[in-house]
Amino acid sequence: MLLIILRRLGQSFFVLFLVALISFMMFRYVGNPVDNLLGQEATVEQREALIEALGLNDPLFIQYFDFVTRVLQFDFGNSYRGALPVADMILERLPATLELALVSALFAMFFGVVMGVFTAINRRGITGNFILSSSLIGVSLPTFLIGVLLIWLFSVELRWLPSFGRGEVVELGGWTTGFLTVSGLKSLILPGITLGLYQMTLIMRLTRAEMLEVLRQDYIKFARARGLSERAVYFGHALRNTLVPVITVAGLQLGSIVAFAIITETVFQWPGVGLMFINAVFFVDIPVMSAYLLLVGTLFVMINLIVDLLYLAIDPRIRDGQLKRQER
Amino acid sequence: MTDILLSVRNLRVVFPHRHGDLVPIDDISFDVKKGEIIGFVGESGAGKSMTGAAIMGLIDDPGMIESGEIWLGDVRIDQLDAKRLIKIRGKRISMIFQDPLTSLNPLKTIGDQLVETILTHLPVNADQAKRKALIGLEEVGIDPGRFNAYPHEFSGGMRQRVVIALALAAEPELIIADEPTTALDVSVQAQVLELLKKLCRERNASVMLITHDMGVIAETTDRVAVLYAGRLVEIGNTASLLSSPRHPYTRGLIASTPSVEHGDISTHLYQIDGSMPRLDALPTGCSFHPRCQDALPRCRLRQPEVINKSVACFLYE
Ligand SMILES: Nc1ncnc2c1ncn2[C@@H]1O[C@H](COP(=O)(O)OP(=O)(O)OP(=O)(O)O)[C@@H](O)[C@H]1O
Ligand code: SF4
Ligand SMILES: [Mg+2]
Repeated sequence: MLLIILRRLGQSFFVLFLVALISFMMFRYVGNPVDNLLGQEATVEQREALIEALGLNDPLFIQYFDFVTRVLQFDFGNSYRGALPVADMILERLPATLELALVSALFAMFFGVVMGVFTAINRRGITGNFILSSSLIGVSLPTFLIGVLLIWLFSVELRWLPSFGRGEVVELGGWTTGFLTVSGLKSLILPGITLGLYQMTLIMRLTRAEMLEVLRQDYIKFARARGLSERAVYFGHALRNTLVPVITVAGLQLGSIVAFAIITETVFQWPGVGLMFINAVFFVDIPVMSAYLLLVGTLFVMINLIVDLLYLAIDPRIRDGQLKRQER
Repeated sequence: MTDILLSVRNLRVVFPHRHGDLVPIDDISFDVKKGEIIGFVGESGAGKSMTGAAIMGLIDDPGMIESGEIWLGDVRIDQLDAKRLIKIRGKRISMIFQDPLTSLNPLKTIGDQLVETILTHLPVNADQAKRKALIGLEEVGIDPGRFNAYPHEFSGGMRQRVVIALALAAEPELIIADEPTTALDVSVQAQVLELLKKLCRERNASVMLITHDMGVIAETTDRVAVLYAGRLVEIGNTASLLSSPRHPYTRGLIASTPSVEHGDISTHLYQIDGSMPRLDALPTGCSFHPRCQDALPRCRLRQPEVINKSVACFLYE
């Protein structure tokens, strides 16, 4: 068991190493850092001095090593624009994105699983089929359109919910949260739905498909033949077996929620890292872009790792199967 | 007639279909006596499993019992609503399926699955249920210390023992065993059958044993029913049916079985020509007539009835 975990950790580190490499290449070769820092009119001496100061003449692997060392100390350099440390910018904006992602993920997971199970159990019912066909809309409409539609309906027409920003936030030891104020919570609803809708329909369809598959299995038939009630069959036996693959996919989707947040944050002017990234792209602010890339990459890897470990905990067959493979 | 446990009367199962209905079970009648082991044989698709499913009330959608009656003692069970059916399933009738690999939920320990079944049917608390489960495991020859093991930690034969423990957990009166050993290694088949037989005899429970294997029929059953294309073609005591089969299909079936007594197994096995018709292409009259060497002219026109509760063939009218 420990071996498996260690091996998975090793794999994760390797992926992180690659992510850092890409991020470094971008930092080093996209655009010209010297031009960016000094502007076109700088003298040759000024340029030479800066190149020396930045270590751009050192061999590549030393530059990469320096880069990783700095990243590990959470030093991503200064933003070209505004000259603020990128790390501070991220720290300031990360809570907004993470809270939004959390709300969307919970929304997507909860409604996705509930509706997936419902449509699987009531396969021939009208309501189930209605939910299923209307979920197609969720998959096919682009995120920004959903956002705009929601804003139009709930902010412009009904005036129930705010259309942009985080509302009032409370500072808790360096973390700004919108969970503690009414306006903060209200502000989370529309962007949360916008960001989570796609994942929700995905999770719902997956849950439904998995559940139907599980319900065809012999052990469900045998559970029925043993006289277990429909409730015990559905929720005691089928649901758990359904959730194993659903959790994996949903977990991976969580990573993409953070990545997808770029669009939602733009539509709702949400002050998170996604909006920061869009602005950075606009001004070719390379340090910000490469730091964002590193951040999202790390997040993906970590989520992947956690999901794998969870999977191990849930399914005894995998636990033992992998153990056997290790022993050989 | 108090020694009759289950009585199936003129059972007809229909699957509605766009181009006419499919009838996997047509006009089948038989009784199961208390404590007896009755075998069901027939080629693949003859309707053996479907008969079991009909009794359990577990016919897949959109199939249904179109006519006929199924009586368990003095309760008619073919029209029960879901709530009352659950009181019968597992409690009075239980079922064992062919593949022990897939009959158990892979994510639950065998102990959990046993306790859950016992709690569903018997008026006991969790502790008593666990004690009963441990006894159940011991009875089928599984170390009670493996109560918390998962199904995948057992071999096929052991798993089928767990399945038997589950099927017997609530002390049912009838066990429908659908090819309980087909998926197992030949070496453990006999042990598992012997165990099932022993436990059922001890409890005076009846068994409907579905199988392809005439050897199993000969060794295990008291009576045997032969199905062909959804109909009962012959039924009788195992000994007399095997020694003097009457229906041409039964004769073919027995002649095509290798017999160890004749010494050499490989010598020329008889084979019935052709194959069983598909449900959507049943011939008129006796469904067996295209393959029957004794067919009479009327066999093509009319369906033979089961005569004297023993054989359905015009040769004996
Ligand atoms: N869900 C279903 N829908 C339609 N037809 C079905 C369905 N299940 C079974 N059948 C048909 O019913 C007939 C009887 O099937 P059944 O499973 O009872 O055969 P069997 O005698 O158990 O065969 P085997 O020895 O292969 O298990 C077959 O022709 C089969 O194709
Ligand atoms: S009824 Fe006719 S066709 Fe059918 S088995 Fe008897 S003799 Fe053969
Ligand atoms: Mg079958």
